[in-house]
Formats: sequence, structure tokens, C-alpha cells
Amino acid sequence: MTPLLTTMGLSRHYGGLMAVDRVDFSVMQGEIRAIIGPNGAGKTTFVGLICGRVQPTEGMIVFDGNDITNLPSYQRARLGIAYTFQITSVFANLTAYDNVALPVLRTLTDGRARGAVHAGVMAALERVGLVGRENMIAGTLSYGHQRLLEVAMGLALKPRLLILDEPTQGLSDGEIDNFIGLVREIARDATVLLIEHNMPVVMELADRVTVMNAGRILAEGTPVQIRANAAVQHAYLGTPEEGAADG
Amino acid sequence: MAFGPHLLLATLEGLVTAATLALMALGLSLVFGVMRVVNVAHGEFFMLGAVLAWAVASAFGGHPAIGFAAALVISPLVVGAIALVAERLVLKRLNYNPEATIVATIGMLYIIQQAALSLYGPEARPVEAPFTYRIMLPWFGYSGYKLAVIAASILLLGATWYVLTRTRAGMVMRATQYDSETAQAFGIPVERVYAGVFAVGAMLAAIAAVLIVPISQAHYLMGRDPLLLSFVVVIIGGLGSLRGTVVAALLIGVSDGIVSVFFSPTLAKIIATLAVAMVLVFRPQGLFGTAAR
Amino acid sequence: MNESPAKAIALHAGVIALLFGLNFVLPAYHHGVLARVLVLTVFAMGYNLLFGYAGLLSLGHAMFFAAGLYGAGMTMYHLGWGVPAAFLAGLAAGAVLSLVIGLLALRTKGVAFMIVTMMFAQVLYLLIYYFSVWTRGDEGLVIQQQARAIELGGTRLDLTDPTTRYMAALFLFSVVLVITLAIVRSSFGRVLVAIRENEERTKMLGYDTLANKLAAMVASGAICAAAGAAYVILFGYVGSTLASVQYSILPLLWVLLGGASTTLGPLVGTLFMYYAVDVTSAHTSAYMLVVGVALILLVLYFPKGILGTVRDRWARWLP
Repeated sequence: MTPLLTTMGLSRHYGGLMAVDRVDFSVMQGEIRAIIGPNGAGKTTFVGLICGRVQPTEGMIVFDGNDITNLPSYQRARLGIAYTFQITSVFANLTAYDNVALPVLRTLTDGRARGAVHAGVMAALERVGLVGRENMIAGTLSYGHQRLLEVAMGLALKPRLLILDEPTQGLSDGEIDNFIGLVREIARDATVLLIEHNMPVVMELADRVTVMNAGRILAEGTPVQIRANAAVQHAYLGTPEEGAADG
Repeated sequence: MAFGPHLLLATLEGLVTAATLALMALGLSLVFGVMRVVNVAHGEFFMLGAVLAWAVASAFGGHPAIGFAAALVISPLVVGAIALVAERLVLKRLNYNPEATIVATIGMLYIIQQAALSLYGPEARPVEAPFTYRIMLPWFGYSGYKLAVIAASILLLGATWYVLTRTRAGMVMRATQYDSETAQAFGIPVERVYAGVFAVGAMLAAIAAVLIVPISQAHYLMGRDPLLLSFVVVIIGGLGSLRGTVVAALLIGVSDGIVSVFFSPTLAKIIATLAVAMVLVFRPQGLFGTAAR
Repeated sequence: MNESPAKAIALHAGVIALLFGLNFVLPAYHHGVLARVLVLTVFAMGYNLLFGYAGLLSLGHAMFFAAGLYGAGMTMYHLGWGVPAAFLAGLAAGAVLSLVIGLLALRTKGVAFMIVTMMFAQVLYLLIYYFSVWTRGDEGLVIQQQARAIELGGTRLDLTDPTTRYMAALFLFSVVLVITLAIVRSSFGRVLVAIRENEERTKMLGYDTLANKLAAMVASGAICAAAGAAYVILFGYVGSTLASVQYSILPLLWVLLGGASTTLGPLVGTLFMYYAVDVTSAHTSAYMLVVGVALILLVLYFPKGILGTVRDRWARWLP
């Protein structure tokens, strides 16, 4: 089966700094893939390269069989790649409804009838559990709700690949539990790339985990394999690698 | 006059323009570079400098050199003070928001221009040069004062370069320009730096005006064209680059002089304006500047 | 969206009806002033579309106003064109110019955009001087009375007649007001607001923000040119001062005062400012002072303008 997304030799330097260093990566359709790694590993830059926020200095990106390396970000969004920002980037002065209406308008191909827009917006809001708050100004929502709004906007694009950048940051435990359920539900229709620092969430959700460090991929495997991987522990904790530990 | 001498005359005139233009553009560039503020009223500080120079010079009787010297000291100081007040009262309160500050400086432009019109009047008034000494060149006699202006400008630019690169004050300004947040973290009083820079920028414009006023008269609308040329110089020379400003001023000043003499002043202005627009569109960091962080 | 389309439509219809009624009760002086204000309001409305809604601060909109002025003025003066053709010429000139300028200027953002637009407008102003042979520079062109009329079927509408002139101005104003209201409530309008609020986010939602900004620029330029064409047709004069940087600053002032990103803000702002200047000019010649102080006070204390503040405090539904 061909992967949904592949990167080959993807790199991004800033002057002398290799933020992303010749990364070969692929993710299959329907997977939930977690990308983890210490701060500064290049995770956000890497997904930025995928969704088009950042331009690569080298390498190639193939999405669903198409070379999207030189495609501008808005066209990648139309192809089905949706990105939720690490630092919440909703339209703070618009209502939650208007926030979600924008991506919904984008995906409506059968006329812009008010009814269709309304239905699309409410459906997205319902999936994340924000029904009842649609008329609130987005900037006045609690942080956790703003994160959910971001996800709703991503969902409203009906994406093939949804990229979630540290989505649980700042959420309470209860909100995180709900979130895990939400992602499982999303993964029924879409492929999910999840950047996370919250290890329990990663262990629960991810089918596979990719570990990045200093711009390169350090290890890939199932959550269990990664947890036991000494090199990964070393990268995170800096402890000297113990001989052959548990193997 | 044959072509050669004509060209020399045009070049000399261009150098005089470049001399004052460099000073004025430097003021604009400093403000632009350190504060990220576009001061549309910069031309009015220039005009104020000239008008005040006339006021001071007329107050002093006796030899014109005395009045001129007094104007050279007093006028920039007064203009600097006015700029400081404007900065504290208005720009600081706007938090140096780019769009709001442009609108506010447009307002300042109107107020200053109107004040000049009401208090000084619509006439153009001359100021006597401190000395009238003609240097005899092979083909024509040239005003010694104009050459002195060029010399004075070189001196002042050199002094500014020295302050910027060799003194602590200059280092503080350059640090604030490069990264104001980090500068603040290092204890640099960024707000005071801003106030100082804005005042210095206005003073540079005023000095340029005092130098030029014996050559061209003081008039309440005289700030318009120099403002445009200063913009052209700053943008083409690149933000925050002293060397770029000087080179661009030379380029613009001399070519403006040549085109004005051989073609028409309007055409010179059209070319200059179009050039700056195109540079901004296609090469926003100018010819020497580094792209803004 | 918490909308009450009925309320908005009723309000706008009411304003138009009020202006219509004023035709019959206003004394001659104010009648003429209001006609002029209505045309200038169209200019402000065009500017508001780009500044208030799309969030692009241009300091060069005089060039689009001038495109309409000279497009209509010169075709009537030199080529003897009739009013409808001349109007279309002005409109087309504005649309083409804004397309070209947009393709260049929209490569820049923020401060650079402001300067670039200012510079392009200055170039046009200087070109008007340079080609004085045709434009007569600041002396300008005076359009003969007989030329300013429209032949409709058998009747001749003399646009120099105060009432006809007023009605023509009101008609243009109403059409543009309706267009503005329609745009604001459409998905295009929403996208423009989104671009203003957070352009990168909008791109990531799949919108070609450059194309949208360009469309806004062309719409804005065309509306401003329509105002320019109407101005020369209705008031019979075009001169280079109408293309100077002052006429790039004034619409900004009018829109800021009335309330950027409100549909009726431009009308309020233009009307208020026109009378403010008028009244002060009667007592002193320091009209520039009024403009300058107004700009500074507005931007310091009152950035939302009159209707913007009204909308925030009392009438959230105001479009």
C-alpha cells in the first residue's frame, strides 16, 4: 500500500543551523502517527515544511502521489492537509461560529446557501464539543476551548491529513481524556500526525511513533518499542546508555 | 558653456544636494531603523529648521556669520525639543504601532505646516550666507559657501559615524535597532533611546536645513521634496546602514542634479519616486541593508 | 453569524430615503455641499473596502480617484465623449490601474505597502504635471456645461441642474452602498476580514490570500475611480490638486473618523469632516490644523471612529 505522505531528503537550514536535516519519512493512510522529541528537535519546522508554512532548502514531499514540494500552503490545504497551530491561532475577534464558517465555506462546492454553511459549522463544533459556545468571541474562550476550536477548524476542512501541533498543551486532565476520544474518532476518516510532549497521550493514541532529535529522525516504531529504546531515553534525559538493559 | 563644464556644474550642484540629503536621510534612517517608525513629518522638521534659522538670524544684527552660527546651534536644539515632545505625547502612547504612527505623523505634518504658515507666512525668505567667497574654477566661479556645505556635511557624517560605532551611546542605539527586546533584557532603557533617537533624527534634518537655507530660501512648503528624496535614499540605501545611506545620497543627489539640469526637475522626481517604489517591491532590503529580523 | 439582515437593510434603506427627502428641504448652499459630500463618500467607501475590511492601509488612493477624474475629464474635454462613455472610461482607467498597482504593491506588506502606494500615487501626480499639455496641470480642465448632460430616450438630463446633480450623486452613492453591503455580508467579505485578522491562518485554511487581496484592490480602485469620474462630470472641473497626496490622506481621515469596517462610517466621516473644515474655515484659514489635530486625536483615543464605537457599545449588528 502506498503511503499517504512521504518526504525524501527533506531539509531546512537557517544559515548554519540545520533545523530539519535530510529527513526521510512516510505515513500510511489511516494511521495515527506521533512525532516526539526534545525541544528544538525540529518537529514544528518539519510539519511546517509539510503544510507549506516553511519552504524547504532541499528535498521532496509527496502527498497522495503528487509532488507538493513547491505548492503554496493554501493549495496544500485544498488538497487536504490541515494544520492546527502550536500557538493558538484562531481569529480572536470573530465568534467561534465565524471562525469555523471560514473553512466550511472553503469546502462547500454545492452552493453557498446559508443552510449548508450552518450545518457544516454546527457539525464541526459538535464533534469537538463546543456547541452552545458558537456565538462567543473566540478570544474570550478559555484556552482549552480555543484549542478545541482550532481542531474544529481543521476538521471543517474535511482533511485527508490532519496535523495537530501540541494540541493538549494547556488542557486539563478531563479535557485531555475527551481529546483522546476525539482524535480516535477523527482517525476513522483522516490520517493524523500528532506532535506531542504528553507521553501518556502518545502511548494511548499512537499507532506508530517517530522520534526526532536535532533535525533528524532518531528512531521509529510502536509506542512500546520507543519507550524501551535506549537512544531515545538518552536524547530526552541525557543519561548514559546502559549496556543492553532490557533489550 | 560647453558640455563638460555644464556637467561639472551639475555635478557640483548634485553634491550640494547630496550633502544635505545625506544628513536628512540619516535622520530618517535612524528613526526608521531603531524605532521602526515611518516619520512622514520628517520633512516638516527640516522646514522648521530653516524657518527657525531665519528667525534666529534676523534677530542677530551685525555680520551674517554671527546670526548664522547662532542659527546653526539654536535651530536644531529647538527642533529636537519639539520632536521630543511629540514623541513623548503621541508616539509613545501609540506604542509605536506602525500604522497608527504613520497616521499620527501625518497629523503632525499638517499641524507643523499650518503653524509655519500662520506664524511665518506663505512667503519665501532668504537668509544671508555667513560668507560670500567665490572659488574660481577653470570655467566658472563657484560659491565657496556651497563647497563649505559639502565639507560641513562630510564632517557631520563622520562625527555621526564615530558616535554610532565608537561610543557607548552609539552602541546602545545599534543594539536597540538590532533587537529591542534583548536590549531591554540587558537593561537598556529602550524608551529613552527611542525618545533620544527621534530627537536626534529631527535635529539632523534641522541642521541640514540650516546649511541649505542660505542657498535656497525658507518656505513653509520646503519640506515636501526633501522628504521624498530622503525616503528614496533610505529605502535604496537600506535600513540602518550608514554606508548605504551615504552612497545612496550621493547617487540620488548627483543624478537628481544632473537630470534636473539636463532634463526637467519633474522628470527627475518621477524617476526617483518610481525607483524607490520598485526597489521596495522587488528588493525590500535595499542595496546594502540586511533584511529585517 | 448573529445577523439581522432585516435590520441592516432597513437601516440602509432608511438612510437612502432620508437623503432623498433632504433634496426637497435643504437650502441651496447645503444642497450643493451634500451632493459633493455624497460623491466624496463614494471615494471613502472605496477606500474603506481596502482599509477597513481587508486591512490594507494605502497612502496612495488619490491615484485611483485621479484615474476616474482624468479618465472621464480628458475624454470629455479632448475627445468630446458623452457622459455615459466618459464615466465608463474613468471607471475602466481606475480598474486597470488598480490591477497593475495591485500586482506590484501586494508583494509588500505593512509599512512597505504604505510607502509603495504613496510613491506610485506620487508618480501619477508628477506625470499629470509632466503631461501638462493634455492635463493643464494645476490650472486644470473645465468641462463645459452643455457637455454635462445625459440623453435618455427623448429626455435630456441636465446634470448641472442642482436637483438632477444631487439625484445623480445620490444614485451613485446608493448603488455603491448596496454593493458594499453585499460584499461585506458575502463570503468574499468574510475572507477579507479573515485576511485582515490573521493572514497566515487564512492561507492555511485553503484561501489564496493574494488573489483575494488583489480582487479587493481592484474593487476598491474601481469604486474610487467611479467617484472621480462622477466628480468631474457633476462639478465640471478636474485639476492636479485633486490628485495630490492630500487626496490620499483625506479618505483615510474620513474613514477613520466615521468608523473603518462599517458600511455607513464613510458617510458619517466625510460629512462630519467636510462641515468641520467648512465651519473652521469661516473663522480661520487654519484648516490644515483641524485635519492634523483630528488625525492625532482619532488615532490616539478614538481608533474605532464614530460608528465603530457605536457598534461596539450598543449595536453589535451594525454592518
